[in-house]
Amino acid sequence: MNELATKKFKASDYKSALKPVWCPGCGDYHVLLSVTQALAKLKLQPENVAVVSGIGCSSRIPAYINSYGFHSIHGRGLTVATGVKVARPELTVIAAGGDGDGFSIGGNHFLHACRRNTDMTYIVMDNEVYGMTKGQPSPTTDPSWDSALSPGGTGLSPFHPLVIALASGANFIARTFSGDVKGTASIIADAIEHPGFSFVQILSPCVTFRPDQKVWKEQVHEAVVPETDDPGRAARRLMTDDGFNTGVLYRGQRKPYRFACGEEKGDIAEIQKQFEV
Amino acid sequence: MTDNDHNRSVSLAMVGSGGAGVMTSGSMMLEAATRAGLYGLMTRTVGPQIRGGEAAALLRLAAKPVHCVDDTFDILVAVDWKGAERFAAEVPLGPDSLIVTDPAAGAVPEILAASGARVIEVPIGALAETVEGGRANMVILGLVSALIGLDEDPIYEIIAKKLGKKGDAAVTASRQAVAAGYEAVAELSSPVTVSPAQAGENRWLISGNQAAGFGALRGGIRFVAAYPITPATEVLEWMSPNLPKVGGTLVQAEDELASINMAIGASFGGRPSLTATSGPGLSLMMEGIGLAVSSETPVVIVNVMRGGPSTGIPTKSEQTDLNIAVYGLHGDAPHIVTAATSVEDCIFTTQWTVHLAEAMQTAAITLSDQFMGQASAVIDPPANISFMAQRLVEPEPVEGFMRYAVTESGVSPMSLPGTAGGQYTADGLEHNPKGLPSTLMEDHRDQMDKRDRKVSEFNYGDHWADVEGEESSELVVLTWGSTTNAVREGLERLNAEGISAKLVAMRLLSPAVPKQFDAALEGAKRILVVEQSHSGQFLKLLRANYDLPGEVRSFRRAGPLIIRPGEIVDTVKNWRVQ
Repeated sequence: MNELATKKFKASDYKSALKPVWCPGCGDYHVLLSVTQALAKLKLQPENVAVVSGIGCSSRIPAYINSYGFHSIHGRGLTVATGVKVARPELTVIAAGGDGDGFSIGGNHFLHACRRNTDMTYIVMDNEVYGMTKGQPSPTTDPSWDSALSPGGTGLSPFHPLVIALASGANFIARTFSGDVKGTASIIADAIEHPGFSFVQILSPCVTFRPDQKVWKEQVHEAVVPETDDPGRAARRLMTDDGFNTGVLYRGQRKPYRFACGEEKGDIAEIQKQFEV
Repeated sequence: MTDNDHNRSVSLAMVGSGGAGVMTSGSMMLEAATRAGLYGLMTRTVGPQIRGGEAAALLRLAAKPVHCVDDTFDILVAVDWKGAERFAAEVPLGPDSLIVTDPAAGAVPEILAASGARVIEVPIGALAETVEGGRANMVILGLVSALIGLDEDPIYEIIAKKLGKKGDAAVTASRQAVAAGYEAVAELSSPVTVSPAQAGENRWLISGNQAAGFGALRGGIRFVAAYPITPATEVLEWMSPNLPKVGGTLVQAEDELASINMAIGASFGGRPSLTATSGPGLSLMMEGIGLAVSSETPVVIVNVMRGGPSTGIPTKSEQTDLNIAVYGLHGDAPHIVTAATSVEDCIFTTQWTVHLAEAMQTAAITLSDQFMGQASAVIDPPANISFMAQRLVEPEPVEGFMRYAVTESGVSPMSLPGTAGGQYTADGLEHNPKGLPSTLMEDHRDQMDKRDRKVSEFNYGDHWADVEGEESSELVVLTWGSTTNAVREGLERLNAEGISAKLVAMRLLSPAVPKQFDAALEGAKRILVVEQSHSGQFLKLLRANYDLPGEVRSFRRAGPLIIRPGEIVDTVKNWRVQ
């Protein structure tokens, strides 16, 4: 134990040897770096961390991190992560994925994960596009964005993940920009440490299908108003912000989900007495 | 077995629209009969209404264990006849049957009267009114007990046990109502009476759904993710308060997609995990089950079948989720499909299924059905089975640990989160032995081979089927699931008449076990395949996987009318060789 206590934790210790499938310049490289920096900052043993994802470009992240990981199926990362956390409460559980995975096919799980408030962190790398399937509009895409699947745009008003997270009961809500590696790392570490369900939206540009997102780095700005634990204030702020406001935007006080998992105790012979006539 | 054994049971139907309390009468009757030393089985037939609507408690009592319903009912007692035409087909009567009806309820519906059953009128409602706080369902309890020759004492014991907390007045009212019913028919002759062989010792009263939950717990399940669905909810409701007693927990999920994937996550974390559902939920879970197969994460799915397709007939039984259980996964996805053969066997089969899933690190679906799941049976205390979840875990991974190492058995040691050096990413993507995504032909072939090998070469022992009857019989009846019990009783009756047949009730439906199957069917010249399916799903499964020697016939029909022993007897007797 002493050896561990004095061990130096470096971000590179949390990087696996596997080369990402991402395009050169993808924002997700920065997110990967931020996650490893956050884990190093918190001095977490790699084996005590589980990173769980669904399907999509960003959902490839577990295999790039030196920790336990689960690259599950499209939209279900949060549910697998919930199972891991309930079964093994002592682990640090991070769910990660993209906007299509989390807000479209996995939308129902997003609502209920916020509601359930299990003590874990959910990172969404939001690039407002389905990248792995080569450029279709996602729930966060601008209504007029043209694509082969929805020529002329979807005409649908974009999903507002932070507002929905708040309304559904998430206990920590933040937005960051992938290009700000240090700031993102610090917010991820904060999210991990905060009890309950923490949601971090990371604006992570897609250089291939959304070259227009190059301007994001000029558009993002740090929130000037201090963070709040008042859901009413947070709701007004989130509803009116421009989508580029970064920082911790809500830090709630809800108690995390409690579950009864404990040590093996009791006796099957006691339980079966209820069937005896 | 003596030739008249099957006659030494009594079948009762207690009928009344919802709210009349016939289910309570039925449950109390079953428990009282158990105390008197009888065995019994109670099923229920209800309409789709949430409350109200037609309802009938169907009981069969005997001096030996009862596993299926009889061909006809001996006694039908009705508080009223609302909606009776909707369940009449499920309560077949004959000229020897007795209908007890309240004249205030009007004439016996033609559909029932046509059976030629003797009808007697008892003013059930009026008798209840003679007692302050008296209820018709308690009058029924008394009169049925009298008709079948059951003592009043065990009834009173159950009343004290069940109603004690409602106060003395409630107990007294119920006792008096029971007594009124008892006296009303004391002078009547009854078509059949039963007498217990011996007082029961530690007998259990358990439903198939409780039995599945209990078997799962005994097998080591310590995490359950739950989404309610008829007729599987009771598995989950039983497990919820009982799991914490052994350090486990249940999470109510937002849908079936969540419940299967939560179970997979918890199992990845090291806890043997389960979910329970029925057809529509199983359809939703399919992609998750494939993930368990690919990522080699053990998980158990208890699927309590109901009439399908789509929403189908949620409250009635059918054996038609066999196809989806066996073939529902995309890709080549070797996994386990089992089925219990009786209420009692739900304990063993579920426990065994947990063992299989854990030992082979894969998904295992175990099929029950509405008939078994929601039937309550009196059983002898089940044998303690030693099967426990035994997962091959690597406690101290060394440099170069490979989660999906290609092994002789196909099973690879698994590292659990928290174990240093064992870090890997479980994946639904095809992967190499280290677990890294791979599109290489060699990796796909090797991993596919190993996932298939661990399942197809596993030693399932004798548990793959219940094989019973004369070894040398040229007639073999193949069946599975709850239908087994009607077949078993039908063959016992035939045997008593000197007609021998062998029963092969399959507990393991996938993978195929041709060696054991061929041995069991050695010498067969005629094969009868019995199932509750319109399309013959079981017959097709057998034809796809096995050589069926001799002449093969199918006896099948869709739910909800369950298959009765007499139908098996008739089918065999009427078999004309072509």
